[in-house]
Amino acid sequence: MSAAFLVASAFLACAVEMVEALTIVLAVGLTRDWRSTLSGVGVAVVALAAIVAALGPALTVIPIDDLRLVVGGLLLIFGLQWLRKAILRASGHKALHDEDEAFAREIEEARAAGSERRAGLDWYAFTIAFKGVLLEGLEVAFIVLTFGSAQGSIPLAVAGAAAAVVVVVVVGAVARAPLSRVPENSMKFAVGVMLTTFGIFWGAEGAGADWPGGDAALPVVLLFVVLLSFGLVSTLRRRRLALA
Amino acid sequence: MNALRRFGRFWWDFVIGDDWRVAAGVVIALAVSGALAEAGVPAWWILPVAVAGVLYLSLRRETRSGG
Repeated sequence: MSAAFLVASAFLACAVEMVEALTIVLAVGLTRDWRSTLSGVGVAVVALAAIVAALGPALTVIPIDDLRLVVGGLLLIFGLQWLRKAILRASGHKALHDEDEAFAREIEEARAAGSERRAGLDWYAFTIAFKGVLLEGLEVAFIVLTFGSAQGSIPLAVAGAAAAVVVVVVVGAVARAPLSRVPENSMKFAVGVMLTTFGIFWGAEGAGADWPGGDAALPVVLLFVVLLSFGLVSTLRRRRLALA
Repeated sequence: MNALRRFGRFWWDFVIGDDWRVAAGVVIALAVSGALAEAGVPAWWILPVAVAGVLYLSLRRETRSGG
C-alpha cells in the first residue's frame, strides 16, 4: 500500500512539474533555438541527477526515526504549501494555473529578449531552459529524496518520477504544444494531499508517536486530509459567493 | 552578501513558502507530539489536529487579506 502511494505521489508530482517545465522548453525552443534550449535542459537534468545521487545515499545513513521526524516535518511544511494553494485555486480565491497563458507569456518574452551568443549557444534559450527545468525539477528531487528515504526506497520513488518524465516528454514531443488539457490543478491538489498525508504519518512516527493499527492508519490519515481539504474548499467557496 | 541573501531567500521560499506561521505551527506540533510520546501519552492525534488548525487559520488570513 505504502509503495503504491510512494510511486503514485512521485509520478504525480513529477508529471505536474514536468508539464510546467515542458511549457517553458517548448516556448523557448520553438521561438529561439532548439540546440541551445536542449543543451540547457541537458545540463539541468545532469545537475538534478547529481543532487539526487549525492544526497540519496547520505540520507540512508541517518537513523530511520530521526529521518522520519525531519522528513515528515519538511514534507508537512512543503505539502501544506501545495495544499494551501490548491485549496485557494479550487475555491476561486486564486487564479487557476493555465499552461496556454504561460506558453503565450514565455513566447512573448523569448521574442522580445535580445540575442547574445556564448560558447556558440543562444544564451537566453540556454539559461531559460536550464532554469526552468532545474527549478521545476528541484521540487521533484525534494519529493523523491524525502519520500524515498523515509520509505526506505529511493529507487522506487525515482522510478515513479522517471515514468512521469518519459510520459510528459513523449506526449510533449508528439503534441509540440503545451499540455493544457492535463488536469494540472487537480493533480496539484492530489500531490498536496499526498505530501500532507505522508508528512503527518511520518512526522508523528518520527516524534515517537504510535499510530493505532500501525501502517493501516495511513489510508485513514489520507481520508482525513481529503475530507479536511474538500471541507475547506467548500467553506471558502461559500464565503466568496456570500461576499460577491 | 547579496548572493548569500538570495540563496537564503530561495530556500526560504522553496521550503517555507508564503506563510511562515504554517511552518512554525508544524514545528510546534512536532515538539508537542515528541513531548507527549516521551511522557507515555498517546500523541498520534496532535499532528492531524494541528494541520487542520494551521491550514484553516492560514487560509482565513489569506482570503480576508484579499491575497
